[in-house]
Amino acid sequence: MERVPILKIGDILLVSIQVDMSDQTAIQLQEDLAERIVATSCHGVIIDITALDIVDSFVGRMLSTIASISKVLDAETVVVGMRPAVAITLVELGLSLNGIRTALNVERGMELIAASRADEPDEGADDEDTETTATA
Amino acid sequence: MALSAEQGGRLAHLLSQHADRLTNRWTEIVASSLRGRLSRAELARQVQELHRALVDAGRQGVSDLADEHGGELRAVLSELSTNRARQGFSATETAISVFACKDALLELMEEEKGDDTLRDFVAFSALVDQMGLFTFETFVRARESLIADQAEQLLELSTPVVKLWEGVVAVPLVGTLDSARAQVVMERLLQTLVDTGSPYAIIDITGVPAVDTQVAQHILKTVVAARLMGADCIISGIRPQIAQTIVALGIEFGDIATKASLADALRHVLRLTGVETTARRPRRES
Amino acid sequence: MTTGVDLGVPATQAIRSDEDVVRVRQLVRTTAVAVRLSLVDQTKLVTAASELARNTLIYGGGGSAEVSTVEDGRRRGVRILFADEGPGIPDLDLALTDGYTTGGGLGLGLSGARRLVDDFDIQTAVGEGTRITVTKWSR
Repeated sequence: MERVPILKIGDILLVSIQVDMSDQTAIQLQEDLAERIVATSCHGVIIDITALDIVDSFVGRMLSTIASISKVLDAETVVVGMRPAVAITLVELGLSLNGIRTALNVERGMELIAASRADEPDEGADDEDTETTATA
Repeated sequence: MALSAEQGGRLAHLLSQHADRLTNRWTEIVASSLRGRLSRAELARQVQELHRALVDAGRQGVSDLADEHGGELRAVLSELSTNRARQGFSATETAISVFACKDALLELMEEEKGDDTLRDFVAFSALVDQMGLFTFETFVRARESLIADQAEQLLELSTPVVKLWEGVVAVPLVGTLDSARAQVVMERLLQTLVDTGSPYAIIDITGVPAVDTQVAQHILKTVVAARLMGADCIISGIRPQIAQTIVALGIEFGDIATKASLADALRHVLRLTGVETTARRPRRES
Repeated sequence: MTTGVDLGVPATQAIRSDEDVVRVRQLVRTTAVAVRLSLVDQTKLVTAASELARNTLIYGGGGSAEVSTVEDGRRRGVRILFADEGPGIPDLDLALTDGYTTGGGLGLGLSGARRLVDDFDIQTAVGEGTRITVTKWSR
């Protein structure tokens, strides 16, 4: 079984899914990620799905679960790079990915995480020129 | 009714024996129906080509246009009718080019009456009828593909996606939105968001005359899809009648931002991105 | 495993494991590209195939997917037949309702897949199995 690598960049964990995942691989990623969040005490997770040519309900559910788990572990998850065809298909499928924050690319995703960390009062709120990507 | 090999041979013989006279008469009949819209030389060339194909087919013993010996003849016919369709001739005008052969042939055969003449003529004319029908079918097919091509080109033309500001793109929709066009607009808008990395899109529907449930659904789906990708859409230019329709149809626009004009929508987005806009800045006039 | 698919020559992929679901997706994708479905239509079809293949595995206890290309004179398309010999679906209407699930999923498999394809046909008998045929046409 293939494993999806998790990279740590500064305060952020970056997961770039490059393979057509089997359901087992997806579940494994979910577990690996929870462990890495705790081990590294990172506060942001970016899941890059630029390379995914489909997202079905199973992967959709995995993304939602990862977002919820990381929330519990005090980390913000942003899914980035969804392809237009994938988004159109998800809408038709009826999957709304509730509770997941999204951004167009990794850069925007990092801005989003930085902005939401800056909103929290306890952190050193260096208000960089945050070009906030407003999400509903 | 099908042509026997013997009749095929006789037809070929007759056609080639009086080749010049026949093609001249044939060209003449066709020319009078086209009223000079095709040059005489061009027409003569086409008729001669048809004539040659018909002679060849007859020599090979063609009994039916659809059989193996009719291949060359079919190719000539379909080239003729495809060209005519593209040049804007009507179906009748195209078919006459083939049917005129009968008139020319009849004149010839009347002069050389023999025992089998009537039978031969009926068989020949059955073949010519087949040719005419085949021409008509090819003509229609050529026209259909022409129409499909034009519709596609129109679609391409009518859906521009423009960049308004750094991080803001807009689609000004003009004209009736049907399902196919809505889909093209949707795909192109979303692709532009990715290509330009713009997190904001404005869909301006000032130029859309009417919104029905289906169109509204397409717009809503686009907005939801854009959100999934991490971009926000604002709908602008909703005219009073359209607002009434939307409410009457019970379509929920939910929490989607709507603005009266494209300018309002842009101002709204710029405020969100933190760009300062001042409405009352005095104009610097010289 | 995936071979070039010509008109009328179906390719069959057994669905026995997780990896087989991935293989079904790849087979459907290759076929959809060969038939020249648009990118969005390819994505919709592959997504539907993924949902249905997973259903075949989880609820049908495994089975097969048969992928073929079809033509109706004007356009070409991809047809997939998912067949299993599992327990069947007792209440079809209920199973086709959004959000209904017995397997702990999101309940979008059947109903969602139906929305993603052009033709959807399902035959099921309790105790005998389920056969689902879907078709997506080029535009």
